[in-house]
Amino acid sequence: MGTGRLYAAVAAGGFRRYATYRVATAAGVFTNTVFGFILAYTYIALWAEKPHLGGYDQAQALTYVWVGQAMFAVMVLGSNGFEAELMERIRTGDIAVDLYRPADLQAWWLAADTGRALFHLLGRGVAPMVCGALFFELALPTDPLTWIACLVAIALGTVVSFAIRYIVALWAFWLLDGAGAMQLTWLTGVFFSGMLLPLNVFPGALGEIARLLPWSALLQAPADVLVGEADPLGTFAFQATWAVVLLAAGRLVQSAATRRVVVQGG
Amino acid sequence: MGLNSTGTTGSTGSTGDISNTGYSGYSDGMDRHFIELDRVEKVFDVRKKTGFLRRERREVRAVDSISFTVARGEMVGYIGPNGAGKSTTIKMLTGILTPSGGRLRVAGIDPSRERTRLAHRIGVVFGQRTTLWWDLPLIDSYRLMHRMYRIPDARYRENLDRCVELLELADLLDVPVRQLSLGQRMRGDIAAALLHDPEVLYLDEPTIGLDVISKAKVREFLRDLNAERGTTVLLTTHDLQDIEQVCRRVMVIDHGRLVYDGPLAGLHEVGDSERTLVVDLERELPPIEAAPARVVKVEGPRQWLAFPASESAAPLVARIAAEYPLVDLSVREPDIEAVIATMYAEQAQYAKQTEFAKQTEFAKQTEYAEQAEYAEQADPARRPGEAEETVP
Repeated sequence: MGTGRLYAAVAAGGFRRYATYRVATAAGVFTNTVFGFILAYTYIALWAEKPHLGGYDQAQALTYVWVGQAMFAVMVLGSNGFEAELMERIRTGDIAVDLYRPADLQAWWLAADTGRALFHLLGRGVAPMVCGALFFELALPTDPLTWIACLVAIALGTVVSFAIRYIVALWAFWLLDGAGAMQLTWLTGVFFSGMLLPLNVFPGALGEIARLLPWSALLQAPADVLVGEADPLGTFAFQATWAVVLLAAGRLVQSAATRRVVVQGG
Repeated sequence: MGLNSTGTTGSTGSTGDISNTGYSGYSDGMDRHFIELDRVEKVFDVRKKTGFLRRERREVRAVDSISFTVARGEMVGYIGPNGAGKSTTIKMLTGILTPSGGRLRVAGIDPSRERTRLAHRIGVVFGQRTTLWWDLPLIDSYRLMHRMYRIPDARYRENLDRCVELLELADLLDVPVRQLSLGQRMRGDIAAALLHDPEVLYLDEPTIGLDVISKAKVREFLRDLNAERGTTVLLTTHDLQDIEQVCRRVMVIDHGRLVYDGPLAGLHEVGDSERTLVVDLERELPPIEAAPARVVKVEGPRQWLAFPASESAAPLVARIAAEYPLVDLSVREPDIEAVIATMYAEQAQYAKQTEFAKQTEFAKQTEYAEQAEYAEQADPARRPGEAEETVP
């Protein structure tokens, strides 16, 4: 009970923190919308040349583009989320403050990141999606259940996204400077989440593997649920499995890190 | 149970007595040994690159067999030069670092094993770090503490009101933490550490970087806290005034060892510390003769005289003013680093003498050689060839 209230408070804090930066949010929405337009016209050209590429028709492909732009901030596919902050805290030794608190480190950051994701969904997800729907013909569902299923897939996706970044951030305990690891994760994330091209389009074995990797839970999964290309329950199971596996792995790394912890600085 | 009721009553009574006396003895001991360190060590493995793909492993003893106890309600200063092991000790006391050896108890709890349980009973303030949420108003961080430590609502309100009043935070509660000045933030951090009524408060350099007024506020608050609530306070600092104004007892640590534990006044005696009188004369003159002061440095018309810290400067100044053409003067207090350095050098010296007397084996000789090395490192200001002329 009490624990739930604590993490709810942390999540609320995470939400409000990002909500304070209104100009940054507006700039993000603008960028995502511009990129949405660029990608949308590229996809139109592509799908005109090769209709039904990856099993999508053009409307589905365009929906995919705008879902991608809407998820860009939510799933932290481009910008730095909490992991940069956590790494910095490890590097400077501020992590000491987090460690002596009577709270769980992973749960704490998960709660804060969930608050952030919720803000980004509302603040940076809705506007590009609406804009895309106004200017292009999208394959949006009419059944409210599909929308709800899509929201569940997004929620599960944010947990997977968090779990990946948490593990990466904890590497700072060993690497001290985690900028390289973060860059690598970012590049991997952009590619394997399907931010550039839907994973359905990837050929052969590469496509098979890409669709099984955890990153496909971030964008491909909710997009496919929305355009009706994937069975929602199967998708949830896939996402939840990755979430559990990665969170458990994160806990393992966390306990190893805190046991050998050398808190930096005086 | 019902059958031997008489027998059991007797035995329960007696065991009750035993456990009662046992308990009171235990809690008594707890109060006297509220914080207890018994030969605590912390060794870090440092890997040093010595060449291509070659690394040398070296052990660094950050804390080397330290033992002390702090009674409930004491205010103790924990001082020593940079890298002496102060923060490492504090981190072990909070449970975020595990000792490599020895026994450590805070309120009867082994910190590293029961970190979370201990967390409810301790408050921690790291002067150079903050527990507050950077982007959010101060009050949000306090609400978080409310939930995190599961503070009963009435208690939370009462403690918050008290801290807000005494630390003058009323106007700051709605200000985002990033907009606070260092002194305001520090006061905010201290309040955050006290909302859950901790029995002991650790402060790691709480006045670092603060201006005189902010320092005074923090010190006054700590004194009041101790007087009114009986909170045990352990603070590390570089500022001797923190100790003078807050603590009755001071512990000096150097190179991971406890080199002094006692009242502050005793520190100057043990350290044989000297104050320095800097005098500017009208012209260049031979070194001033004014025992017990001795001239340690001459630079043109300016002379540096060292005299025991326990002596008053007034008669000395009067004598010099009477006998020499004095233009200006200033008195420099011995700083804590110098006092500690002197103390440590003396220790090494003492060790050296006894070692020779005992004609000891090789192993111990290397030990004192190391100590002597520590002593040299302990005073970085001491330049080679100038050892006798140190101006503290």
